[in-house]
Amino acid sequence: MARKLSPINASSMADISFLLLIFFLVTTSMNVSTGLTRRLPPPLPPDQQPQDIDINKRNLFVVKINSMNQLLVQGEELDIRDLKEKAKEFIQNKSNDPDLPARFSKEFDLLGTMEYTKEHVISVGNDVDTQYQTYIDVQNELVAAYNELRNELAKDKFGKAFEECDEQQQKVIQEVYPQKISEAEPKNYGGTN
Amino acid sequence: MAQIRKKGTRETPAMSTTSLPDIIFILLFFFMAVTSMKEVTYKVKVSPPSATEIQKLENKSLVRYIYVGEPMRDFREQYGTSTRIQLNDQFADIADLEQFITLERSAMKEEDQNVMTVSIKADKDTKMGIITDIKQALRRAYALKIVYQAGARKAF
Repeated sequence: MARKLSPINASSMADISFLLLIFFLVTTSMNVSTGLTRRLPPPLPPDQQPQDIDINKRNLFVVKINSMNQLLVQGEELDIRDLKEKAKEFIQNKSNDPDLPARFSKEFDLLGTMEYTKEHVISVGNDVDTQYQTYIDVQNELVAAYNELRNELAKDKFGKAFEECDEQQQKVIQEVYPQKISEAEPKNYGGTN
Repeated sequence: MAQIRKKGTRETPAMSTTSLPDIIFILLFFFMAVTSMKEVTYKVKVSPPSATEIQKLENKSLVRYIYVGEPMRDFREQYGTSTRIQLNDQFADIADLEQFITLERSAMKEEDQNVMTVSIKADKDTKMGIITDIKQALRRAYALKIVYQAGARKAF
């Protein structure tokens, strides 16, 4: 007659796996990295001097940040809270102002004919002593301006937020409002040094 | 098997806990899968700036990190208090950056090399001078896709 085997006591298994679980909980960090994505311009050939590309003055939106973290936008001092509105006004040029970027008509896939400022460029310059947070704030406000414009257009044409549009709709909207923030060649803009 | 129940006091059977380890194991595997071990030990103090329009970084295996900030207290005697760059686990200079990127890139799979992203994790009080230098070095190394790491914040 076979001897009856007593089953192995498995109740401690739960404790062991609990210990493991707690170990992993403690040692790992659930950090999700977030940030602002940018694309740098390709490098200049070593023998070439940085040259000023000829951009029509009306198509250029210049933001400079000095060493005291103050903003000079289009030659005027501006508070960072007003930067977004100013940038939106520039990108859109609703009133067809001759000082703001030229508007062009183009037939878009889902939107029909629309006028847009295809040649506008936003240029951000900073001083060596500018604080990083201020630089990020400026970048952030400019991205926010684009995001708001895209959202407005999406709401207007498709009746929903840009995020909720499908891929094709997003692509068309991005064509109307392409993000054109240029990273200028480093220069010193007056300051303490 | 049918059993004939004995007459007498009825006892509620003890709850079976045999499935408890399995449940815990599932939890364990979940945490193992979603969490990642800390990338490096920080030698510089970094408290990232905050922004509202941030995006999530996808595909962590394609991202390489550059840490910028003041050295931690333990390293002050050796490295001073001025802002330094940390690559992987050690302090580095701007001059090392290009080589670092090239090495990291060649260690990646070929199809991933073009989509490599460099994440700049800098302290919010850093001066832009060093960031600009890093950006120029990254340009020379053809690492053009960059991310300025920032935390979330509600408007001003």
